[in-house]
Formats: sequence, structure tokens, C-alpha cells
Amino acid sequence: MTATQDTKTLPVAPVATARRRGIRRGHLPLALLLIAPAVAGFLVFFAYPTVQGIYYSFTDFHVLSAPNWVGLDNFRQLLGDDVFWHSLWVTVYFVLLSVVFGILISLVTAVIMHRLTKSTVIRGIILLPFLISGVVAAMTWSWMLDPGLGIVNSFFIKFTGHPLLFFGDSALAVPSLAAISVWKSMGYNAILIFAGLQTIPATLYEAGRVDGASEFQMFCKLTVPLLRNILVMVVILTVIGSFQVFDIVQVTTKGGPQNASLVLQMYIYNKAFSQFDFGYAATMSLALFAMLIAITFTQLKMTRAGESDLN
Amino acid sequence: MANRSVTARPSVGRVLAWIYLAVIILITLFPFYWILRTALSNNFALHTDASSLLPVDFTWGAFKRALGLASVAEAQAEGGSGASLNTALYLRNSVIYAGVQTALVVFCSATAAYAFSRLRWKGREVVFSVLLCALMVPAIFTLIPNFVTVKNLGLTNTFAGMILPGAFFSAFNIFFLRQFMLGLSTEVEEAATIDGAGPLRVFFRIVLPMCAAPIATLCLLTFINTWNDYFWPLMVTSDESVRPLTLALAVFKQASPNTAVDWAGLMAATLIAAAPMLLLFVVFGRRIVNSIGFTGIK
Repeated sequence: MTATQDTKTLPVAPVATARRRGIRRGHLPLALLLIAPAVAGFLVFFAYPTVQGIYYSFTDFHVLSAPNWVGLDNFRQLLGDDVFWHSLWVTVYFVLLSVVFGILISLVTAVIMHRLTKSTVIRGIILLPFLISGVVAAMTWSWMLDPGLGIVNSFFIKFTGHPLLFFGDSALAVPSLAAISVWKSMGYNAILIFAGLQTIPATLYEAGRVDGASEFQMFCKLTVPLLRNILVMVVILTVIGSFQVFDIVQVTTKGGPQNASLVLQMYIYNKAFSQFDFGYAATMSLALFAMLIAITFTQLKMTRAGESDLN
Repeated sequence: MANRSVTARPSVGRVLAWIYLAVIILITLFPFYWILRTALSNNFALHTDASSLLPVDFTWGAFKRALGLASVAEAQAEGGSGASLNTALYLRNSVIYAGVQTALVVFCSATAAYAFSRLRWKGREVVFSVLLCALMVPAIFTLIPNFVTVKNLGLTNTFAGMILPGAFFSAFNIFFLRQFMLGLSTEVEEAATIDGAGPLRVFFRIVLPMCAAPIATLCLLTFINTWNDYFWPLMVTSDESVRPLTLALAVFKQASPNTAVDWAGLMAATLIAAAPMLLLFVVFGRRIVNSIGFTGIK
């Protein structure tokens, strides 16, 4: 209807008219066909389970029997569950260490690479740990940090006379896990930041130099503010990824010693697959979901992401 | 002032920066060397010289043990547990899991991105925004309900059960490809339309080839992520006939006694598990590095 009206009222070239008519008329069925698989996947494996997960969190679902509605019981249990709050604290501690050290090292590495060398080989080398699985990374480091034979401890024994029990020590377990996580993800983040650095015009630095700014001043006043968008993205990706850490913990400490490294995801997994308490596990996942959304929105708001100083 | 900074650049700061970079590279690479060095050592001899930079009492024994080529007696003589990996089977499983999932999800994302960027239809923006909401949902939240779905469908311990949840839809992939397609010039498309090509033909013959670079990027990243996936396969499989390589390694570790761990054998198995990705890197290194930078700038 509108297409034919358009052709009457708008004085456009005949070719464009034909194209416009074709586009207006025939594309809805084809578009629906083309998005059908994605929409089906979204409905079945994202939308439906999201609703289902919210429903399970109000039930005492144990997989073998049908779920029973229990109202807010799981949420009450959650509030009084010391292990949950402990695991939340462990997770936050892990996330803080991973984000602060991860971003700091990635940023410094990216800036230094940008100033010294554009070599793809060096960028490739620091990316290597990203390519291997968390299990491989965790296995490698549990060998290097082994109290008896690990290479790291060989040095500690040489200098201090006694080994450090990285994964066996309550105080060191989480920092050790964070170190592995930083080692694994640093290269990926550094490459993202490096790509962002390449979009900053060199003339800005020249102007800064003429004005007598030192390297450090330019880093703080030019580089970091201009990288804001990409830094926000890297921080959010790291926070969300670290909140869901599992494979490294599962391979190295399994949450020990004495729950010292029991991250939230590990606790949820134990509840669901060792105790088959799916309802309560769903409640904890919902809490995690809510926290991630809150964190993401706060971060986006506080950092004014989406705006750029380059325009 | 300007002079000072120019003359200062090649000196102390630059040297410190190179030292920093060298340390970072060393920390990155050393663990890989250490895996190799340990895998080529005799597990009993490791106790005598734990910090030797070269393999201790060089032997291929650890690789033979990990691959199941050594007899139990041979394995135990070198400090092994007798456990082995059915590497060929696990490798096949990983190739099927990561390969099929990547091919399906990237293709389905490409068709959807085309509909969201080049076709005009009512409700386009609304549907797209709804799909983007999936970016907010953390994986853990949908995992348990999805596990129940897969279990109810009787698909635990099957490739279908592992692949289906991620096979058709990826919010990131659609978003990324749509951004790219929105930026393509319409001229070629218009010319083809005038010559009588339908939109489907335009998609396969013109738009898809023009998107070769971002599609290759997504294929590589999806393949790497799926290959390294641990949690989901751990949940839905328990049988080695479908389990991917990432899980095999953990299984091999459990078979090793806690009292006298076969570190040499474990490191050989670790290297075997990491080898395919390292090989992929040797072939596509530059491409992977550029791809990651490419996804960052939209």
C-alpha cells in the first residue's frame, strides 16, 4: 500500500523507485526466514531458560521429582547461608584482584608495545595463554607452584629456606588463582587496548610534547581518558568473566582449603550437581545475575561509556 | 622542554620499557617451555633435580604413557600410574563439537545479521533489541535450566546435547556482523538488484563474500572458545565417547595418585591437549591477533 503511494507522490528516478518498491514489499517473509534459526535458538536456550530459572528459584526442584512451589524459602535460606556470603566474598576478592592487576598490566603492556614496537609477533606471543583452555593453564600452574617439586618453589626454597603452599594456604589460594587468571587473559586485553591506542591521533601527543608534558603526564591526561570506551569494555568483560570463574578452581583447589577459594560458581555447581538441589542453585544464579546487571549498569553510568573525547 | 623529552626518550625510559616487555614475554612463554621440559623428563628423576632447566633423564616415556602406548609395567617403572588418554577419540570429539558449533552459529548469525541490516521490514529494530538482551544474561543462569531441557530431550551424552544450546544464536556474533554489514556500500547490491537478482542471491553472492574478513574472525574466536569450553560439556556428558579434550585432561589427572603425582605424564597430556590450539596459532597467528583488535573497535 504505502509503496504504491510513495511511487506516486515522490518524484524519484525510476530505478530507485523499483528498488524501493521491491524492498518495501517482499522482504518480511524472507527476513523472518533468515532470522528464524537465531530467534528459535534465542527463545529455546535463552528466553525460556531465563524464565525457567526464575521459576526454579521459587521451587525445591531436585531433578528426579517435579518442582514444588516453595515461595520465598530459597531466598530466606540464601540470606541465612553463611557459605553463600563467604563464597560471594571470595568471588568479589578474586574479581578485584583479577580486574585491578589484569587491567593495570594489560594497559601498561599495551602502551609500552604501542610506543616501542608494532610487531605482530610480540602481540602474538603474549596472546598464547588465551588460546589454551583454563584446564591446561590451571594444570600447568599447579605443577609450577607445587610445594615439593614446582619450579617457583625451588626458588623460594633457595632464598627463604621453605616453600609456599600456594593452593594449600588459605591466604594464598585466591591470589594464586587470580594470578593464573591474569596470566591467561592479559594478552587478550592488551591487544584490545592496543587496538584502541592505534585510533588515537599521533598529533595529540605531538601537541602534548610541545606543551612540555612528560610521558607520564601524557599517559594520565591523554591516553587513559581517550581510551575510556575500550577500557570500560575490557573492565566489564573481565568483571563478568571473573565472576563466572570455574575451570581454574575446579582443577586446582576445588574450593579448598576449608572453602578458602570457594567461588560462587563452584558453590552453585556443588549444590546443583553434588547435592542435586537445583532450586537453591537457581536462586543463587538469580542473585548472581542480578548483581552482574547492577554492576554493568553502574559501570556504564559512572564511566559515561559511549561518549568519546575525540569528537 | 621539547628538546629534553626528545633526548630523554632513547635512554633510561626506553631501556626500562624494553626490560618490562622482556619480563612479560618471559612470564608468558616460560610455562610453555616448562610443560615441554617436564614432559620429556623421567618422573622419578624429577625428584632429584626439580629446578634443572633441561629435561631430567630425557625420555619419551611420559608421552607414551599419556597416549597409552606404554605397558602398565613400563609406565610404573617411570613413575606413571598406568592411566592413559584415548587422545584420538577425544580429539575427534573436540573437532566435532567445536567445528559443528562454529559452522552453525556463524552461518545463522550471518543470515540474521543480513536481515537486521540490509532488509527492510516492520519490527526490525524491536526484534533486534530483544535479541540483544541475551548479552546481559550470564551463562551460569541459563546453564541449569538448559541442562534440564537437554536431559528431558534425552540428549545427555550426545553431540546434539552439547552443540544445540549454542548452535543457532549468538547475540555478540549477530551484533558484530550487523555493524559490519551496515557499513557496506549499497551500490553493488543495487546493481545486482537491477540485473534481477533477488535478495537471497544478493546475500550469498555479494554480501557474504564482502564479509569474509569479519566472518573469518568470528569463526576463529568461536572455535577457540568452544574448543576450550569446560563447564557445559562437563555438565551434559559423562561418557568418553563424546567428551572433548578439555575434560579428558581433568580425567587423566584424577587417575593420577595424589601421593606420588605423575607430573611428567600430566605435562605430556597437557601438551597434547594444548597442541591443536598451538598449531592453529602457528597457522593463523597474525589473523587471530588482528581479529581480536578488530572486534574491539566497532
